[in-house]
Amino acid sequence: MMTPISEDKVLNAGTKVRIRSIMPPGHVRAPSYLRGKSGVIERAIAPFPNPEQLAYGLPAKNQMLYRVRFSAAEIWGKAAEKPDDVIEAEVYAHWIDELDTVDAT
Amino acid sequence: MPHDHHDHLSPSGHPYRKDDDTPISYWQSMEIAVRELLVEKEITTFEEISAQIEKMDARSPAIGAAVVARAWIDPEFKARLLENGSTATADLGFDVGPMHLIALENTADTHNIVVCTLCSCYPRNLLGLPPDWYKSRAYRSRTVKEPRKVLSEFGVTLPQSTQIRVHDSTADMRYVVIPARPIGSEALDEAELAKLVTRDSMIGTGLALTPNA
Repeated sequence: MMTPISEDKVLNAGTKVRIRSIMPPGHVRAPSYLRGKSGVIERAIAPFPNPEQLAYGLPAKNQMLYRVRFSAAEIWGKAAEKPDDVIEAEVYAHWIDELDTVDAT
Repeated sequence: MPHDHHDHLSPSGHPYRKDDDTPISYWQSMEIAVRELLVEKEITTFEEISAQIEKMDARSPAIGAAVVARAWIDPEFKARLLENGSTATADLGFDVGPMHLIALENTADTHNIVVCTLCSCYPRNLLGLPPDWYKSRAYRSRTVKEPRKVLSEFGVTLPQSTQIRVHDSTADMRYVVIPARPIGSEALDEAELAKLVTRDSMIGTGLALTPNA
């Protein structure tokens, strides 16, 4: 089982990450086309109240929001129009695994 | 792609919206109930609600165009805009509200384009209401997968040497593209420059206009 990055750690730009490949029901803000895909942190933005809790009127914990940069090739494979075009998206910390610390399972 | 919506035409050729003769939905009745309760409990008034709607309708891409024109003529401002879009825009006197803005600069070898695949997040304080196509499934799903094809349907064909950066506005940030300043605009003043900055050029589906084209 992979664990998300710890809450008090802020990832620096350039850190290699993978978006968690989970499919929870309900209002989630990580688009499914990015799940399981690897990219690099473009920047750490700021902590925001977790919208996945806000959406249900629950007390929302602050979660660090990152911009993650992916190559078109990583996301679309051979279907990419141009492999080194780029997609950048905002992803919350609890959706991110730091690649270097991910175990081999 | 920009015109993929279907206007209805009356027999005399006028576009019109079909009568909405379906029963009111759960959420529509919920919205009316909450609005009326807020007024009844004197938390807000119908006048305040109308005034807020007018304020939202009054926002237009002219605000974004003014910000871009300033960035074109003032490198120090552009640096601040790229560093923190919200505070730089507020410094020009515009109401950014709670908007967290990131500005993205187009350069000779980079073209930025903005989409919200999950819904229709849009920098409304800067550009007004989003165009219909921005909210369509076609634009939202295709722009991340085939941005070059989408751009070509907007009349924008970029060389393979230009890297395209698609920005999926998935969470709390809003985005504005600073289009490249067009060739031939060197002698123009700030107000004239702003007229070259179209809405689409700030979404990334267009380029700034060429002067006297």
